Amino acid sequence: MGQRVLLIEDEPNIIEAISYILSKDGWTVHTHSDGETAMDKVLQGVPDLVILDVMLPGRSGYDILRDLRSDSATADVPVMMLTARGQAKDRDMAIRLGATHFMTKPFSNADFLESVRALATP
Amino acid sequence: MIERVLTGTRVRNRRLDLGLRQSHVAKEIGISGSYLNLIEHNRRRIGATLLGDLARVLEIDAGLLEDGTAASVLGPVSEAAASFPDISVEDARAEELVSRFPGWAALVAAQRARIIQLEARTEALSNRLAHDTQIATSLHEVISTATAIRSTASILVETPDLDADWRGRFHTNIDTDSARLAASSQALLGFLDMEMEGGAAQDASPLEQAEAVMAQTDFYLPQSETNEAAAFEAVQDSATHAILADWAKTSARDAAALPLTEFMQAARAVAFDPARLAARFQVPLDVILRRLIHLPDDADVPLMGLAVCDSAGVVTFQKPVLDFRLPRAGAACPLWPLYQSLSQPGRVLRRVLRLPGVARTPFECFAIALPAGDVAYGVEPRMIATMLVRLARNYDQLDVVGPGCRVCPVEACSARRHPSLL
Repeated sequence: MGQRVLLIEDEPNIIEAISYILSKDGWTVHTHSDGETAMDKVLQGVPDLVILDVMLPGRSGYDILRDLRSDSATADVPVMMLTARGQAKDRDMAIRLGATHFMTKPFSNADFLESVRALATP
Repeated sequence: MIERVLTGTRVRNRRLDLGLRQSHVAKEIGISGSYLNLIEHNRRRIGATLLGDLARVLEIDAGLLEDGTAASVLGPVSEAAASFPDISVEDARAEELVSRFPGWAALVAAQRARIIQLEARTEALSNRLAHDTQIATSLHEVISTATAIRSTASILVETPDLDADWRGRFHTNIDTDSARLAASSQALLGFLDMEMEGGAAQDASPLEQAEAVMAQTDFYLPQSETNEAAAFEAVQDSATHAILADWAKTSARDAAALPLTEFMQAARAVAFDPARLAARFQVPLDVILRRLIHLPDDADVPLMGLAVCDSAGVVTFQKPVLDFRLPRAGAACPLWPLYQSLSQPGRVLRRVLRLPGVARTPFECFAIALPAGDVAYGVEPRMIATMLVRLARNYDQLDVVGPGCRVCPVEACSARRHPSLL
């Protein structure tokens, strides 16, 4: 597919696993681990998809999502939220702030890949 | 007079259930058959002595024949039926159930009460699991490592032709993460064991129950805007109700001082800055801090939490936000501005802090301690500290403050009381 995905996640081994899975599936994977500078990273080259962890150093994923949706350059970029929190209200908050999809950790690689493919721009 | 009707009817039903003749029972208790007939048809009141005699002959607890008992059982039995609308019950015969089978009816009522109690406790524990910073941080660590292990292990299993370098890296990752998982699981179990020994096995306190009720409203009471205090009619525990009523009263008073439309307009203009709002409305800062967390849900209102404590450090009100939540029972870190403000009454403290560990969200904290209540000669002021917490956007200095010593990994800390579980 060759589409670009930006993975914003701070767990090194999750980054490595996801990067491998997506690269093998044909995605060009960029990664970033710091919440505070995440928005700068996005704006350096708007990706086709953002995979965003909720609990990040520097800034919350919810806060970054809010900024993504309020910036015209990134307002329409699909965003998949990853979180260890799986309660309904966390999901509601992610969706309310504009997340395209919400995935609870831990997840199976097959489910994860299926969701990512579904979010790919045709 | 449902109760009076019930009493006579229940005497009659009980006698018939036992297969006793009216004349036999009347003779046993020393009254005429015709008088017992009047009683059974609810045309005569029954005195306590006579009721006791009837209960003895009818082999039943006198209390189960009494009017008040019938009423107290009938209500829960009806509630039990209403709580399972999918099950078709004979509503109209609830009174008959109570009168004919008082023991079974009492059992249904007792089970109903037990279910309500267990539901409340489950909700309180669930709320604690979701909001307790200590549990949330440990749980996040466990889930993160489990996620990494699961994804990595799946790759290894599902990719037989995996390059040797990748295979080696993934094996190393699994080894590292499994060690982390073991350590974090032990820490979590140790913490939960302490909770069970220390108090989580007990029912939630009235304060926790009140917080749970407020959480259901997202900490916004629309009645406050019209200077009405919310009623909380569904809350049965009197202590919890009193706490909620006090909060609602304060909320209504704050809303009266800071009308919603005007306040929201001003708040947006100054980016929800508490100090500038206090200057704009000429009110004490704690009023602004409280008002900011009692606003309707709106996209441009930042996520904000609040903690209030008395001069003993007991948290008397708390609205958690993201991973911020102070521990219960005075086990919190004294470095939080909430507690530091108590030694500097009237001074506004602003600090940007983050919790240690994986949850590294920066929080901007505004705290102030002010005297509460009436001022009088010879009366010591009652100090109340209030702290607003929100996500920090701009800051020069970011300090680390743990929720409490038990799960705080910061070793070189002057405030440490005892070693960390971590």
